[in-house]
Amino acid sequence: MMLLFYLAGAVALISTVAVITSSNVVHALVYLIISLLSVAVIFFALGAPFAAMLEAIVYAGAIMVLFLFVMMMLNLGQATEDQEKAWLRPRLWIGPAILVLVLLVQLVTVLLTQQVDLAPREVGVRELSLLLFGPWLLAVELASMLLLAGLIAAYHIAKK
Amino acid sequence: MPSIPYEHGLILAAILFVCGLVGVLTRRNIVFVLMSLEIMLNACGLAFVVASARWGHADGQIMFLMILTLAAAEVAVGLGLIIQMYRRFHTVDISVLNEMKG
Amino acid sequence: MLDWIGLLPVFPSAGFLALVLTRGRLPRRIAGIIGVGSVALSFLLAAVISVEFLNSGLESHTQVLWVWMSVGNFSPGFSFYLDGLTVVMLLIITGVGFLIHLYSTGFMADDPGFARFFGYMNLFIASMLVLVLADNLVLLYLGWEGVGLCSYLLIGFWYTNPANGYAARKAFVVTRVGDTSMAIGLFLLFSQLGTLNIQEILTVAPLQWSSGSGVAVAAAALLLGGAVGKSAQLPLQTWLPDAMAGPTPISALIHAATMVTAGVYLIARAHVLFELAPSVQLLVAFVGLLTLLMAGFTALTQRDIKRILAYSTVSQIGYMFLALGVGAWSAAVFHLMTHAFFKALLFLAAGTVILSLHHEHDIFRMGGMRKKLPLAFWSFIIGSAALTALPFTSGFYSKDAILLAALEQPQYGMLLWLGGVLGAFLTAVYSFRLVFVVFFGEQHVDAEQQQIHGHDDHHHGPVHEITGFAMAAPLVILAVLSVIGGLISVPVENVFGAHEEPHASTLIHGFMIAVPIIGVLISYLLYSGVKQGASLQQMLSSVRASKIGSALNRFWFSGWGMDTLYDTLFVKPFVALAHVNRRDLIDQFYGLLAALVRIGNQAVVLTQTGYLRWYAISLIGGLVIVIGIGVWA
Repeated sequence: MMLLFYLAGAVALISTVAVITSSNVVHALVYLIISLLSVAVIFFALGAPFAAMLEAIVYAGAIMVLFLFVMMMLNLGQATEDQEKAWLRPRLWIGPAILVLVLLVQLVTVLLTQQVDLAPREVGVRELSLLLFGPWLLAVELASMLLLAGLIAAYHIAKK
Repeated sequence: MPSIPYEHGLILAAILFVCGLVGVLTRRNIVFVLMSLEIMLNACGLAFVVASARWGHADGQIMFLMILTLAAAEVAVGLGLIIQMYRRFHTVDISVLNEMKG
Repeated sequence: MLDWIGLLPVFPSAGFLALVLTRGRLPRRIAGIIGVGSVALSFLLAAVISVEFLNSGLESHTQVLWVWMSVGNFSPGFSFYLDGLTVVMLLIITGVGFLIHLYSTGFMADDPGFARFFGYMNLFIASMLVLVLADNLVLLYLGWEGVGLCSYLLIGFWYTNPANGYAARKAFVVTRVGDTSMAIGLFLLFSQLGTLNIQEILTVAPLQWSSGSGVAVAAAALLLGGAVGKSAQLPLQTWLPDAMAGPTPISALIHAATMVTAGVYLIARAHVLFELAPSVQLLVAFVGLLTLLMAGFTALTQRDIKRILAYSTVSQIGYMFLALGVGAWSAAVFHLMTHAFFKALLFLAAGTVILSLHHEHDIFRMGGMRKKLPLAFWSFIIGSAALTALPFTSGFYSKDAILLAALEQPQYGMLLWLGGVLGAFLTAVYSFRLVFVVFFGEQHVDAEQQQIHGHDDHHHGPVHEITGFAMAAPLVILAVLSVIGGLISVPVENVFGAHEEPHASTLIHGFMIAVPIIGVLISYLLYSGVKQGASLQQMLSSVRASKIGSALNRFWFSGWGMDTLYDTLFVKPFVALAHVNRRDLIDQFYGLLAALVRIGNQAVVLTQTGYLRWYAISLIGGLVIVIGIGVWA
């Protein structure tokens, strides 16, 4: 389990770095799908199968595919890729990298103070759904309303 | 099952988050900015699930479900906006969107 | 009815509010009815009150309306005081005021500012009533300022012409100098006597101050300053001739019959203070004497019909000051009344002349009008006769009373009397000069018809007199009053104490009668163009043409150079200082504040670049800082 966890973690990390440094949109999207799928594996390793399934089906399967559809529709082409290559000069990364590194150091400082070692217990679908239809019912309703709003907004904004 | 150090999971989430952040700050193509945003959201979801696994209940996964919903709606609207922008400016460079200056 | 004194200023105030708040949207008939009716109501009420007062044995009556303010020991009330002097002033103000309002409905009939005119006139009547009814000096000052304001508004009535605005401002500023002096006098009186109630002052002051003491002299002198400003006497007389820029009815009301007599009223009211300061009282007499002579000489050289009458007013008020100065209080008030009658008559008749001749003001461009303008002619004859104090006119009795009282003065009696008689001679000459030049001799108007530009709505045809009932009735009534007014005795014995009638020898009397008649005769020979006066006319022309004569002419014409004097002494330095202070220091400080804010804005605006990545970086930067503080601090 530990091996699986660390391996999947490494894959996620590498593919994420590949996403942000890529100059081809479609390539970047595919790398992102890989990252998402590896995070799904991590969820499995942690004993959260339902979350893993959601990640794979909804996130990687629906949202990223939507992204891909729109990219195909926009048909950005070679010119954009060249433009990207021109913009992505190494010295461009220095400023943001420093800023972000500071943030990372702060986060890691806090996180390393917690040393927890527990065996993962599998939290199944049944337990999850009992909670969903119980205490978290309102959240589910609100989420559906959010999706409805998103649907209408997206339709309205994207039309000619 | 052998135990997994949960702080490593959280640190992984932090690193993924920071990667997404640097993507937002650096990229000029709006599609990449949106993708980096997705990376950040995903990293938050990972953090939630790791935390819920540590405590052994399902609340974190429910939170992850909410985040997923949010990401879906956001991507839908964001892509709609990208389409409009492309139609108007015929480019995906975010530097053209600077009329709010001053 | 005596308790309804408080209602007297209410009618004109209501008229003012009604006319001003409707902003000229009322039809002319209604505006005229409101304007004239309010004053008529006040006149009726004043008449009833006066009858009751006279029947009640001339006792003074106070009515407190409300306490105006209460600060420490100082609590003046809005309270009205009625005695003989007040009654005289009330009847003059409302009576002559009513006649002039009636005349104005005819005179201002074609003017677009009709309602505004009557609104201001009503406000003036209200303020003047408050002034004469006031039982404390604070309320009097309120009325004082009110009439000053109305004078400004009405002189500059035709405000589209900047010259009128300049004349109005000049009047206001010059009287302001007097008002300031009066205000300081009020402060002095309050600090010394602890009260500003007039009757209290008059009883307390003789007990506290000895005759001729510094405080009394100072207080009386300061009050004199105020009176001199409002009554256009030396040295503050320069505003009155220029105030003729306003419509003729207001010249009649404000600058002949009422406002300019406010100074006389003030001194008469505070007569005890002046009796306590004999030096100031003598100063009053000399101010009056010098003014009447100066104005008399000036009026001899003027060409504008209204300016002649204006200088005549200044001169006649000089007579009133002369009377006040020698202690002839009732004579002064008597002359005030008769002057109101005949001067208003003269001004209104002048208005008829001006209107009939399409706004012509120069008397040497008129001539031979006695057949064409009969009503104006007879009004002028009667009015000028009264002004000149020809026998059996009202002016005769009042002026004689003043001159005889002047003769009685212990130190300077003869000088004052001679000056007064010389003034009477000059009055005769210039007033009949006006009459003869305008109404006798060659007619100049028809020949210049093509060059006369009046209102476009007047027909350019042969001259015809513009009268209607509204304009003719007041003239007739005032003419009658100018003749019989001498028989009215002013009920002021209780106010000023019993006074012995001065006796004089027949020689003096004869002299005083003869001098004006001689003046009329000389004027007839010089100005009516008759052949008998040819040699005299030639002598006058040669004198006028000579170097000294023409210089004297110009000197007297400019009002003895006082305008130029004040211009160089006060106006030019002030304007120069204002130019120097153009980049005002204090304004620059506030400008600096504004500039600082603008610079701040320009600095902060630089953060609003409109670029998404810039905003994102600033967001993350802030986040890092805050978390850093949380984690490491």
